[in-house]
Amino acid sequence: MSFLQNSLPYILAGISVGGQYALIAIGYTMVYGILRLINFAHGDVFMAAGMFMVFLSASMPLGAAIPLVLLLTVLLGFLIERAAYKPLRSAPRMSVMISAIGVSYLIQNCALYFTGGLAKVYPQLPWLSDTVTVFGAVTKRVTLITPVLTILLVIGLSLFIKHTKVGIAMRAVSKDFETARLMGIKVNSVISATFIIGSLLAAVGSLLYFTNYASVTPTSGGMPGLKCFVAAVFGGIGSIPGAVIGAFIIGICENIIKGLGWTTFSDAFTFALLIIILLVKPTGLFGEKATDKV
Amino acid sequence: MSEPILSIKDLKVNYGGIEAVKGISFDVEEGSIVTLIGANGAGKSSTLRTIAGLVKPAAGSIVFRGDDITGYDTNVIVRKGITLVPEGRRIFPDLTVQENLRVGAYLRSDDISGDFQWVYDLFPRLKERTWQAGGTLSGGEQQMLAVARALMSKPKLIMMDEPSLGLAPLVVRGIFDIIREINAQGVTVLLIEQNANMALKVADYAYVLETGRIGLSGTGKELLTNDDVKKAYLGS
Repeated sequence: MSFLQNSLPYILAGISVGGQYALIAIGYTMVYGILRLINFAHGDVFMAAGMFMVFLSASMPLGAAIPLVLLLTVLLGFLIERAAYKPLRSAPRMSVMISAIGVSYLIQNCALYFTGGLAKVYPQLPWLSDTVTVFGAVTKRVTLITPVLTILLVIGLSLFIKHTKVGIAMRAVSKDFETARLMGIKVNSVISATFIIGSLLAAVGSLLYFTNYASVTPTSGGMPGLKCFVAAVFGGIGSIPGAVIGAFIIGICENIIKGLGWTTFSDAFTFALLIIILLVKPTGLFGEKATDKV
Repeated sequence: MSEPILSIKDLKVNYGGIEAVKGISFDVEEGSIVTLIGANGAGKSSTLRTIAGLVKPAAGSIVFRGDDITGYDTNVIVRKGITLVPEGRRIFPDLTVQENLRVGAYLRSDDISGDFQWVYDLFPRLKERTWQAGGTLSGGEQQMLAVARALMSKPKLIMMDEPSLGLAPLVVRGIFDIIREINAQGVTVLLIEQNANMALKVADYAYVLETGRIGLSGTGKELLTNDDVKKAYLGS
């Protein structure tokens, strides 16, 4: 029983962090699937969602702030694509990637400007921040809610992609822009939809993630962003189930390592995993065999 | 003579700095099968791609059923009733046969169950393979799927870019039978082919494209027996 009591908090935390990573990782993998672009700004969109929450919750009740945070984050993701990626649609992929790095720094520096470089205290979300006891292990309620919410959102997303017209169009566009156009699909609208979904999930992820932390800083998106990117690569970039499983594995492993007392190495583990997966199986767990489009 | 369903006037298309189509004019009569034949690089594909709106023309006009559609976006052109079966089939390999067909009907908001029935009647092979991923089909089946997918948009004009490319002779014959069949059901067909022999046999009217210009034209039968055409395209 004492083993369970000692290790359970870490496992629970791992599952929870994994769920939060999964919500962010989906954004990377979906954008990659459709544009073959690693959207370096995605982690910063996640941070921006945290900042929106800080500023909005200061001036309105949470019931109004949360939907507005989701809306603003979606709008940010949409505008980034329209302003920084769409004009480069026929440019070499490297140009778009550099544009994404530019957007990443732009968002970070805007956040720096608005916060004056100070860490902003993240609001306590009632209910989510409450402590609960599971088998003698004390944790916040968000730890238990995250995996459930993540799984529900992933199931919803999978059904959407599998069965709806827009979902099928997304899969068509991700394979072949030109033939998708011949079907009458507006490729740009489908790409926008992808960014909207990715940003929405990142916003939900940010609500859950920052509840565990005291504050948000302009660089808060960096480390989780990178880890989620690793999760997407680990699972096979382009694959949604891959990104989700990759994120859970990374989240759980990190926390087990912390539980063993090697907290300093938990980040190093994630990136070592990236190197190993790139050496051993570059396409990831569920990656496509042919990575380039014809 | 009735008004043509499609009328091309002085169409010029630049492709990568080269003038691929140098001012061509031709008409497609409603209910007919018209073919453009010509060698590689004669501008056949560029012409179809421009009509479909994938490429913007440098000059000239494209009139479809009385509307000037020059330079319109592809989704508008598809909605007006023109569809293109692209060269090399280009089916969506990860989508099932049924999903490929659903994407073909992407712009339609009316009931498409009748159209599923229609294309499955035309291609019973596809019905057997409804749940199979498009990429697992054979070349001939993929070509059938590409044609069926185009038909799902309920086109008035179907354009086909080299439907016989890379297929066994027996399969090619099957494809041409289907082209006749579709046409008999009231869909106008604009076909481009390197297999001039087959194309001319099926066509009501034909144009010969030579390096971006129209050389000869005439009924399929006339061109089949024309000495120049025989020498250049029929290999006899």
